Amino acid sequence: MKMRWGAYPYILWIAIFIVVPLGLILLYSLTTSDIGIRNLELTITNFKKFLDPRYLDVLWRSIELALKSTVICLALGYPMAMIIARENIRKRNVLILLFVIPMWMNFLLRTYAWLTLLGKNGFINYIITKLGFGPLNLIYNDGAVLLGMVYNFLPFMVLPIYSVLIKIEKSLIEAAEDLGASRLEVFTRIIFPLSIPGIVTGITMVFMPAVSTFVISRLLGGGQYMLIGNLIEQQFLGTGDWHFGSAMSIIMMVFILIAMAITSKFEGDKEGGGGLW
Amino acid sequence: MEKNHAIDLKNICKEYGGTRVLDNINLYIRKNEFLTLLGPSGCGKTTTLRIIGGFEQPTEGRVIFEGKDITNMPPYERQINTVFQKYALFPHMDVFDNIAFGLKIKKVPKDEIKTRVQEMLRLVNLKGFENRTIDSLSGGQQQRVAIARALVNEPKVLLLDEPLGALDLKLRKEMQIELKNMQKRVGITFIYVTHDQEEALTMSDTVVVMDKGIIQQIGTPVDIYNEPKNAFVAKFIGESNIIDGIMHEDFVVEFGGRVFDCVDSGFNKNEKVDVVIRPEDLEITTVEEGMITGTVTSVTFKGVHYEIIVQDKDIEWMIHSTIMRPVGTEIGMNVIPENIHIMKKVMSQ
Repeated sequence: MKMRWGAYPYILWIAIFIVVPLGLILLYSLTTSDIGIRNLELTITNFKKFLDPRYLDVLWRSIELALKSTVICLALGYPMAMIIARENIRKRNVLILLFVIPMWMNFLLRTYAWLTLLGKNGFINYIITKLGFGPLNLIYNDGAVLLGMVYNFLPFMVLPIYSVLIKIEKSLIEAAEDLGASRLEVFTRIIFPLSIPGIVTGITMVFMPAVSTFVISRLLGGGQYMLIGNLIEQQFLGTGDWHFGSAMSIIMMVFILIAMAITSKFEGDKEGGGGLW
Repeated sequence: MEKNHAIDLKNICKEYGGTRVLDNINLYIRKNEFLTLLGPSGCGKTTTLRIIGGFEQPTEGRVIFEGKDITNMPPYERQINTVFQKYALFPHMDVFDNIAFGLKIKKVPKDEIKTRVQEMLRLVNLKGFENRTIDSLSGGQQQRVAIARALVNEPKVLLLDEPLGALDLKLRKEMQIELKNMQKRVGITFIYVTHDQEEALTMSDTVVVMDKGIIQQIGTPVDIYNEPKNAFVAKFIGESNIIDGIMHEDFVVEFGGRVFDCVDSGFNKNEKVDVVIRPEDLEITTVEEGMITGTVTSVTFKGVHYEIIVQDKDIEWMIHSTIMRPVGTEIGMNVIPENIHIMKKVMSQ
């Protein structure tokens, strides 16, 4: 019973930094600047405003781009995780370290680095022009934003899948081979089904930051490139309409929650904190 | 190649990074026999089994299966199934799907899979467990599922890698008898790996005692127990008094400062030998009648018998007897010539 006291600082922390801000966002989203937040006159004007096709397009594009980057991360990350998991422990640690080292660098710096690579006078275009081809438009388009997302979020796909794969006991694979399963059958019937919890974690850890990013789209997508994250940022820092920005934040949260609910359906193993993500 | 051989191992050697773990293993396994590879951990018994199963490649030598060389055949093509040490049941499948796995891979029709899995569940006494998850089963039940999963494929040879190691003593004894009965009923060659000598003696038709990657002795359980070939086997199979001795001439041996008649011959004159006497073969007598005498230093009650340790100058004797003598008593001991086993000293080591 005494243990309860130990939880209080944490509860306080959650209250001040999570529950109260969330409540404020909700309150802002349900009020307008004409009314102000103190009158407690609630309205859904902000949500109605969002139903404008201009805004819906932005939301749709954000989701589409996030889905694309998640699929690409999965397609690249799964084989990569498998290759790493298959190595002996020393090689494994080196490879994982190579994956993690870029994450020690600031996220912004890493993304800025792509500017110098992809820009009109950037490194890649320099080589292409040397080879006699015209400079290409590598930056400020969907492709560049997608590349930035995949580049930044790939480790979040590889690591959870890798950590599930190394936990699969070798004897299970041997048992399947013993029972007549070929390499491919061992993968489809044993390895893949057992790695689904890692895939689900990976998908959520890539999809969530990808759908809400505004830095990558701003840097690699150029000034006018809009994702829902940029739209929200603009409301808070540009136009100053906190009420509309809060409403959009709530809408995005709902979409993320829906995505989580769908992915967690595929996760067989319900124990632990799996439901959190 | 003899017709009734299921498997022949020919000059099998296995090295890991320069360390030799199997040294020239030659062994044949008859059809329908229950053969046990017995030895302490690290003796190479599991490696031998894994080579037969195809999970390891021998560095040298050939594996012959019913006259065909299968040394380079992958495990999934061999007509051999394995019961793994920790069962290795698929955690994402229920009992039915685990047992049906091999049949599904072979694309056996669904109806047939159903009847064959049911049949297996009956054989291993797990009727009605089809839809149970693996983690809801006890150790003994998991073990049965593992056996059923292997047997349902009707393999010609079943490999069992210490399958009872994780069970408690009582369950282990029950499963020993059950496994032996199962083997008789299905008529499949069983190759069994264990470090438990009692298990080996109880279940096997043939016991192969291994140590340091070398086969020490092959024989029936009775032969191995009564006529151990060397001091290692004698020590590993049951308990033994192993004493240094000198062979004076055929049928005459000296140990503990006295000369005894024995039934062994064929040694050099005055050759140093190991003398092996089973603790139950030492008979307690009075000091006057005893060929060997000594003082009781410890008595332990073991249920059926007492284990009595007797100090005789620099030799410590172990006796298993139903008669008790208190600590400190001077006693005599007799042993008949048939129970004195003379063994050549192992030179290396």
